[in-house]
Amino acid sequence: MREITYKEAIREALREELLRDERVFLLGEDIGVYGGAFGVTLGLVEEFGEERIKDTPISEAAIIGAATGAALMGMRPVAEIMFSDFITLGMDQLVNQAAKIRYMFGGKAKVPLVVRTPLGSGTGAAAQHSQSLENWFVHVPGLKVVMPSNAYDAKGLLKSAIRDDNPVVFFEHKLLYNTKGLVPEEEYLIPLGQADIKRQGKHITIIATGIMVSRSLEAAHILSKEGVEVEVVDPRTLVPLDKETIINSVKKTGRALVVHEGCQRGGFGGEIVGLLCESEAFYYLDAPIWRVAGKNIPIPYNRRLESAAVPQVQDIVAAVRRLVA
Amino acid sequence: MAGDIYRKMLLIRRFEEQVDNFFAKGMIHGTTHLYIGEEAVAVGACAAIEPEDYITSTHRGHGHCIAKGGDIKLMMAELMGKATGYCQGKGGSMHIADLNIGILGANGIVAGGIPIAVGAALALKMQRRKEVVLCFFGDGALAQGAFHEAANLAGLWKLPVIFICENNQYGMSLAVRKALACQDITIWGQSYGMPGIRVDGNDVEAVMEAVKEAVARARQGEGPSLVECVTYRWRGHSKSDANRYRTKEEIEQWKERCPLKRWRNKLLERNLFTEEELKAIEKAVEEEIALAIAFAQESPEPGLEILEADVYA
Repeated sequence: MREITYKEAIREALREELLRDERVFLLGEDIGVYGGAFGVTLGLVEEFGEERIKDTPISEAAIIGAATGAALMGMRPVAEIMFSDFITLGMDQLVNQAAKIRYMFGGKAKVPLVVRTPLGSGTGAAAQHSQSLENWFVHVPGLKVVMPSNAYDAKGLLKSAIRDDNPVVFFEHKLLYNTKGLVPEEEYLIPLGQADIKRQGKHITIIATGIMVSRSLEAAHILSKEGVEVEVVDPRTLVPLDKETIINSVKKTGRALVVHEGCQRGGFGGEIVGLLCESEAFYYLDAPIWRVAGKNIPIPYNRRLESAAVPQVQDIVAAVRRLVA
Repeated sequence: MAGDIYRKMLLIRRFEEQVDNFFAKGMIHGTTHLYIGEEAVAVGACAAIEPEDYITSTHRGHGHCIAKGGDIKLMMAELMGKATGYCQGKGGSMHIADLNIGILGANGIVAGGIPIAVGAALALKMQRRKEVVLCFFGDGALAQGAFHEAANLAGLWKLPVIFICENNQYGMSLAVRKALACQDITIWGQSYGMPGIRVDGNDVEAVMEAVKEAVARARQGEGPSLVECVTYRWRGHSKSDANRYRTKEEIEQWKERCPLKRWRNKLLERNLFTEEELKAIEKAVEEEIALAIAFAQESPEPGLEILEADVYA
């Protein structure tokens, strides 16, 4: 075990899969010598060459579309979209093509591609570089959606995503890139569709994604001193979702709070609330299910405003206190 | 070869006429985009490639699929939504695909198949294979951003893809002169680092020769080409088209230049086939169509159990 950053863990996953399978290749803007906008791919072109680490022009539709065509032909591309906000420029290829080809063709084809992309706010990048649009893709059958919250999960999940025969959208939170975590030196994989209970607790379940996992853990630490024990469940994969772990946790604690950065309206939280209300867990609830999520606004530039736009530790603590009162 | 070219064009023509007929009778639902009048483009282009090569197609894709060797029984069954169709009835007209014979799919999005064709060509180059990809699209697709991004990438990376623009004079209803700032489509190729050439899209031989040259370039690693095939669609864009944007006279004028009639006359003039031999081909096509229709009609509907299957691999 050694401590490495989330970004290094992702780089290791890419490197290991590039070494393991010659069909794997990377394409994206500035991923070669520049090393990627967030430095994730630094060093890879020197090791694997331009044949396998392809710098592209600024062409998200062509990047995702070419990845789709290559995947149809048996390659296993990993496309990087520099900021997840830019996926909008490639939406037809991802949503109308990659996601649907297998079904539309009657099950005859597969599109084994991964789109890796940084999401989230907190870097002062403002409205068009800070969104959390994961729920758009949760809503598209045919796509898998992964959102690792730490270095260990990032590496294991990315390796699985690359080996998955479906189009996977892999969201990396920008603020997590330089956070450190313990990551084994030996190879390991984390299956998609498996949630992780990051902290056991008996009074309330928080279901959190992305950077809200660590904020929820901080909140849990504060609340623990008040005698409130919070269970934190990290779905890790949004589609396919590990419903069982979430439902069982809420059955155990009797209270649920969903925390995510994306806007509350139409966000992933609604999906979890609906799921819980339709499940056995409903009959175990001692309190309504709430969501603590991003405000329904574009992300502002000013630092204080930017912080106020999304859930912070104190918002989570406040919500839990009211639910357990 | 010459006879097979005639047979394929005729197969497309008769298939599409039947599809139109079934639509009118309510036996095929949804919508369809007929290839009638454009047969020489698909057949000429596919005659320039080998069975191992690939194509991407469009919403107006029946012609491409038949030209590439698609099975018209499976196509008709798909149009009737049957379980035996190419896509088990789950795709319909615009999503027919046959990966076994290199048909990477028709496409319901204008220009949607272009980046995919470029990606397929990228894979072929990375896999060190000698096959190429024919990318069919219409004049309407030239206005889509996806075309420009994909063409740029193909030209930049010298990918083995041949861009075949079927300029049938109209997008849906918008005349090509009202859609493109630069009317000389061959120049669009040059913008993206590839030669552009224009041919009479109703002259199957001319199409074949032009595409052959482009295919040779691609196989030699010289990259993509753009071939503009000037043609015309006889029927409306789709079944809902009242043809308000063009005149009957224009349609009749283009019908005079029917690609089938022209090739048939050439076959006779060059003494390649007698009238009797051509009639035999025509009869065989009628029979093949009848068999396809019977197969489709007798095939079962898909069961509900396949509704949620194959969303994921």
